[in-house]
Amino acid sequence: MSLVRIALAGEGGQGVQSVAEIIAEAAYNEDKQTIYIPNFGLEQRGGVSIAFIQVSNEKIGAPKFDKAEVVVALSERAVGRTAHYSDSKTLFVYDEGFKVDDQDLPKEFRKIIGIPAIATANEELHPRVFNIIIMGAVIGLTNVVSFETAKAALENKLGYKFEKDPNLRELNYKALEIGKKMAEESLKEGVDKNV
Amino acid sequence: MVTPVTPKSWYLPSKPHKFCPGCGHGIVLKALGEAIDELGIQDETVFGFDIGCSLLAWDFFACDSTQTHHGRTTPVVVGLKRSRPELITVGYMGDGGGYSIGSQHLLNAAVRNEKVTLILVNNTNYGMTGGQMAPTTLPGQKTETSPFGRDPEETGYPTKGPEFIAELTPDNAYVARATVSKYNQLKRFIRNALQNQIEGNGFSFVEVLSTCPTNWRTNAAQTWRFLEEEMETHFPVGELKTPFGKGAK
Amino acid sequence: MQKVIGESKKAFITGNEAVAWATLAAGADIMFGYPITPQNEIMHYWTRLAPKYGRGFLQTEDEISAGFTVCGAVQGGKKAFTATAGPGNVLMQEPFGMAEAMRLPVVGIIQQRGGPSSGTVIYSQQEVTLTTFGGNGEGHRIVYSTSTHQEMYDYTIKAFNTAWKYRFPTFILGDGYQAKMREPLEMYNPEERGIDLVKPFPLLGLEGNIGTDREPQHLVNIYSLEEELYDVVMRVSKEYESIAPEIVEYEENLCEDADVIILTHGVVSRAADDAVKALRAQGIKAGSFRPITLRPFPRQGLLDVLAKTNAKKLLIAESAYGQLDKLVKQEIFGEQIEIENLFMPGVGIIDYHIISKIKSIL
Repeated sequence: MSLVRIALAGEGGQGVQSVAEIIAEAAYNEDKQTIYIPNFGLEQRGGVSIAFIQVSNEKIGAPKFDKAEVVVALSERAVGRTAHYSDSKTLFVYDEGFKVDDQDLPKEFRKIIGIPAIATANEELHPRVFNIIIMGAVIGLTNVVSFETAKAALENKLGYKFEKDPNLRELNYKALEIGKKMAEESLKEGVDKNV
Repeated sequence: MVTPVTPKSWYLPSKPHKFCPGCGHGIVLKALGEAIDELGIQDETVFGFDIGCSLLAWDFFACDSTQTHHGRTTPVVVGLKRSRPELITVGYMGDGGGYSIGSQHLLNAAVRNEKVTLILVNNTNYGMTGGQMAPTTLPGQKTETSPFGRDPEETGYPTKGPEFIAELTPDNAYVARATVSKYNQLKRFIRNALQNQIEGNGFSFVEVLSTCPTNWRTNAAQTWRFLEEEMETHFPVGELKTPFGKGAK
Repeated sequence: MQKVIGESKKAFITGNEAVAWATLAAGADIMFGYPITPQNEIMHYWTRLAPKYGRGFLQTEDEISAGFTVCGAVQGGKKAFTATAGPGNVLMQEPFGMAEAMRLPVVGIIQQRGGPSSGTVIYSQQEVTLTTFGGNGEGHRIVYSTSTHQEMYDYTIKAFNTAWKYRFPTFILGDGYQAKMREPLEMYNPEERGIDLVKPFPLLGLEGNIGTDREPQHLVNIYSLEEELYDVVMRVSKEYESIAPEIVEYEENLCEDADVIILTHGVVSRAADDAVKALRAQGIKAGSFRPITLRPFPRQGLLDVLAKTNAKKLLIAESAYGQLDKLVKQEIFGEQIEIENLFMPGVGIIDYHIISKIKSIL
């Protein structure tokens, strides 16, 4: 598997870094080469939180990158902030409920994909698992790890919460599945904007 | 949406501010802003901001200001005041910057009775860097570098800054400790501190007990409880020294 | 010493955590430190782990104190270390200078951030000058510039051995990216890999009765006459130069038939490796040289490479404005190869930046 670069961005408190860490851990557990690094400047307080993940079979070079295979923006603000990571090979994903100016969207992309993650979380699952839906979507789009490994990594990180409330486990696994399906559907459709 | 009434000396383009939800800095800065307005000193006031959570106030006011280095706010405002005595210089720092790395500067400025005003916001931890132990961390309090609770046998008891500054300064200095849980008193103490500089008397210092739910990992109720029941017990609130007549509580 | 790592352990952790484990595994007795981003987590891990292994810790009032408390502990014969960055590194030059003068085996982990002044809390390679030649001395110190978590672990262990064997302050020069990112590495107990840990020894509080068994130890760092100082500095310089060949480390790749050599250190060397691969695939003959020790600098290694290579150009790339460049030039003064620069102070460098630069200069 060649290098896959993923950028996740959202507001503080949305769980961007948690999701990124789980994906990276899952990749590590599959004995892949992987690097995860958060943005951690002063803007972290009150600014957009960004996570950079790289997964590969080969040794990975620099921890940061300028273009990604997949970019996911979890908030409206994050869209404009991450558009520049997109080039002609990038799948650029955001929630279809966002109101985004055309000028904030990337100029170059392979596909711009809107998924109904927030609506699904709010209406069918629980607002808190919005970021797990996103995690499922990332896996669906990249296949950087198997679904099983992802579930195991999720269990590893959140297991202590699931012990207290086993319904949470169900909820999170469902969110993961739904996200993955959303991604797979969107790859078939997707919004191809003409540059 | 209702736009709140804000002090004239506040710089509106930098609002809403970047402090964490539940942070006490916002309350202190409001009291400061109102005091500056009431005293009519906006144009003469120049701020020095320490590096820490204090630095998030760098563009808070519609007054000239400078960032300094961590712990070096006191000497910067001292230098400014000595070269421009007509300015009202205010140093704004935290308990880390003030009582730890900046303690020698604080001490010496107090001994020299420098005619500056220092506001020190005490939330018992190093906030910006992620919640490490600070000089004012309470015995038993867990922080990132006292993960098992502060042991006074190992690292001493919490620093009582206004107390030692009151000892070091002559009678025309102003030294007080306020708390964000008592707003009117907080504002009165800040006004007195600034007034002391306006009159050219001497050193003026206000420590303000404040909240940090982010690093304390407390909810709203727990936050207020920690401030009002624990901190205010360890750190007595009031005026320790004032040239303006009997210290009012 | 109590075993720190169970079985040789693979882990997926941050650079700061790797450093904390390495210092434990190296037998460090005590850490002194002060909060500054991006190295805080070294303290966070150390304070949680140290009590289990009977090690000590104090958060001091500032970095000057952290550096001097390390000096005191070292003089007492204990393996002590500290960690810092940026303005903290600036403050520590005073105690590090004392360590140079008094030949104290202090170990410091530096996680570079943007400068000058408070700069950024994020990343740079702008503390090269400071860490190699800071203070009011002649740079008699050892500096390892790491590029991976495995190296952070390996070289931290090595740093204690180097420091206590040769008695020069020794530094691990990392950066904010290495500190905060997570990547895999393998942790181990040094003994299991045949690495002997050099035993520390006291300079003060020695055994034996004074007068009968031994003389009192009077350690100095100030002299009365110019000539006394001259003798000391010359003697130490000669010793430093004589041990340099035992300490220097570097890597070179594909330089002999290269048209251009990319010279980088630390995390940027990962981007250089990517760039060499990509350029070669495009038919451009690039090679790379990477000093691992910045002090002592692998001068002979670089001179040997330059002697054998076809390359007419040397590209020095760094996340600073010439700090590595100056270091290299002072070592290879007189060499004819044309030197080009890619300076990106405080900014991460990726293969794309290097490749574009090379295409513009060839």
